[in-house]
Amino acid sequence: MILIAIFVLPIAAAAVAMIEHRVAPAVTVAAALAAFGLAVHVGLTVAAGGSIAGIPGWIAADGLSALLLLLISFVGVTGAVFSVGYMARSGSDRRLRGYYASYNLFLASILAVPLLAELSMVWIAVELTTLFSVFLVGYTGDHAALEAAWKYAVLTLMGAAIALLGFLILFWGLRAAGGTAFTWDGVRNAAPGMTPALLGTAFLLILVGFGTKVGLVPLHTWLPDAHSQAPTPVCLLLSGVETSAVLYVILRLIPLAAGVGSGVWAQVFGLISVGAAAFLLLQVRDYKRLFAFSTVEHMGIILTAAGFGSGGAAYGATYQLLAHAVTKSFAFLAAGLVLLAMGTREIDQVRGLIRRSPLAGAAVLVGGLAIAGAPPFVVFLSEFSILRAGIGAGYYLAVGLLGLFVVIAFFGIMWHVARMAFGRPPEGMEPVRLPVSARIAVAIAGIPVVALGMYLPGPLHALLRLAAEALSR
Amino acid sequence: MTHGVIGSVNALIGGLFLLTSFAMVATRQVRGCLGQFVYQSILLAASALLIGGSTASWHLVAVGLITLITKPILIPWLLRRTVPERIFTRREVALTVNATTSLLIALGLAVLSYFIARSLLFAAAADFAAVNLPIGIAGLLLGGYTLTVRREAVPQLIAILTMENSAFFAGIAIAPDLSIIAELAVAFDALVLAFVIGLLTRLIHERAGHTEVARLAELREEAKR
Repeated sequence: MILIAIFVLPIAAAAVAMIEHRVAPAVTVAAALAAFGLAVHVGLTVAAGGSIAGIPGWIAADGLSALLLLLISFVGVTGAVFSVGYMARSGSDRRLRGYYASYNLFLASILAVPLLAELSMVWIAVELTTLFSVFLVGYTGDHAALEAAWKYAVLTLMGAAIALLGFLILFWGLRAAGGTAFTWDGVRNAAPGMTPALLGTAFLLILVGFGTKVGLVPLHTWLPDAHSQAPTPVCLLLSGVETSAVLYVILRLIPLAAGVGSGVWAQVFGLISVGAAAFLLLQVRDYKRLFAFSTVEHMGIILTAAGFGSGGAAYGATYQLLAHAVTKSFAFLAAGLVLLAMGTREIDQVRGLIRRSPLAGAAVLVGGLAIAGAPPFVVFLSEFSILRAGIGAGYYLAVGLLGLFVVIAFFGIMWHVARMAFGRPPEGMEPVRLPVSARIAVAIAGIPVVALGMYLPGPLHALLRLAAEALSR
Repeated sequence: MTHGVIGSVNALIGGLFLLTSFAMVATRQVRGCLGQFVYQSILLAASALLIGGSTASWHLVAVGLITLITKPILIPWLLRRTVPERIFTRREVALTVNATTSLLIALGLAVLSYFIARSLLFAAAADFAAVNLPIGIAGLLLGGYTLTVRREAVPQLIAILTMENSAFFAGIAIAPDLSIIAELAVAFDALVLAFVIGLLTRLIHERAGHTEVARLAELREEAKR
């Protein structure tokens, strides 16, 4: 029942938001908090070796699912809190009602992806994440936002159609191998006996199809557009957890299809994404696009690590999933503060942020350092553990390239961020006050960014280990 | 394996299905594209009903009926409700690639999908898959190609719907007993898709004054201001 409640809560909140718009912000925050509380409960139970009852064959949660639930619901909370003050000035009551309803449905659909055990339902959940977020991406309604929404919808839905054939072929392989239940467990049990041609084709179709939605290069073209045009609270979900939730589906398939070379494909796609993102983020002009390209980089790193396939690398991949979700959502919050303080998304027009708004300046510096992977932040630890595990598994060339790209991306991000934070502020600009809800959201989101780099709580460590088991061969 | 006359009829349906995919590449009028989609969906339902009937699979018959209600009836109705009438009468005068070249490329894709399907059919046999799988793959590739060369919003939306149709055209042969809950959810999903993208098209029409989405190109890295 708990597992069902986790994604029913936001759906209920969406219904309330449609009926009574005045309570919409409060209900959204409450539903996200409740879902987060339940996810913590699930995480603690699973980490302690227990299991949570779902619906056999349809809904279940193992270590990897529990980790994803925790991350998605946490980002759901910070995004909801940040929405309160940030969105209040953005439109009429009617538009806000639509915003909160969509936000909740979007959150529910992302939460459904790790919760569902039946694979055709997983495909539908992924498809719904796109459909429920299209209007959030195009919320402002100007030409650029609508263009971003269109590209986002068309490309990711096209990818989903390709993945659909992959799922159907996987089902065919399952039945041909004598399997019955089209669930993660059923497919895992049947995978060794599956015809390699079917398993391999299914894996590639799903990798390419869902890879479009994860933002793997060269299928990433929509991602910087959508992640820069959407209102900031939506960016937290889009960049922080939606990409991870779809990548999760691919991650689960990699060990199953290890016999047909899934590891090599994952490494190739992963490295191309990391490399391309590292160079592309050098030339951005918009700081939200900068963070969006960093998401492409992080997704590539996780995919490469999963491709290494060793236990250590799998742990690194789950660690990076955690690190990405908390730091990227914080970085986008910081971007939202900068936008409130300066009223522009152009990096060139943001100077001396530390003086104009110390909070926004500090947040963007910390966010930049954290996503770029500077010590002592958690991304540094996760990337370091991935590189070390890669060397341990003997992938010297891949680790060398990965290390090089990560360093290039680090300097790229820091160069942009430092220019924004320091320097001489434009003439005639007074210090500004930011909304209270925005300050609270930054404080909540900032806790794990700072704390996880120095201390990983025992249960969380246990959860990461369990999650890594699902990813190693 | 395939049952004589029924197999031949299914092959005929498959041929017509492929033809609608080809027609979609080159149909200039937006309303014409929607018409091709309706024919294609009826053919998909027909194949499901035929295969379901001949193998006494009530499950596939149900799939055929669900398809028959949602795709040729509800989706066009939804699109007519959400997208302004003026858009349907538009003609795409300038295709990104001219029609002859497009059809040649489409032919190449169809041949390619035959070879992809053959390597899979070697691995695992399934009734009717010899017809439905290559045509499904071809439809998927042609849909993807249509999506990249069409400049108007509605033809792009229809291209996505035909890609789903094609995946299911293969699906009724290779995954005939997918759970009925999943089938219903997929049908629901297709309706939501048509509704959401239809609304987005309407919004673009209101704000930009046209629905030539290929012309929307503000978002570039190097560009502007």
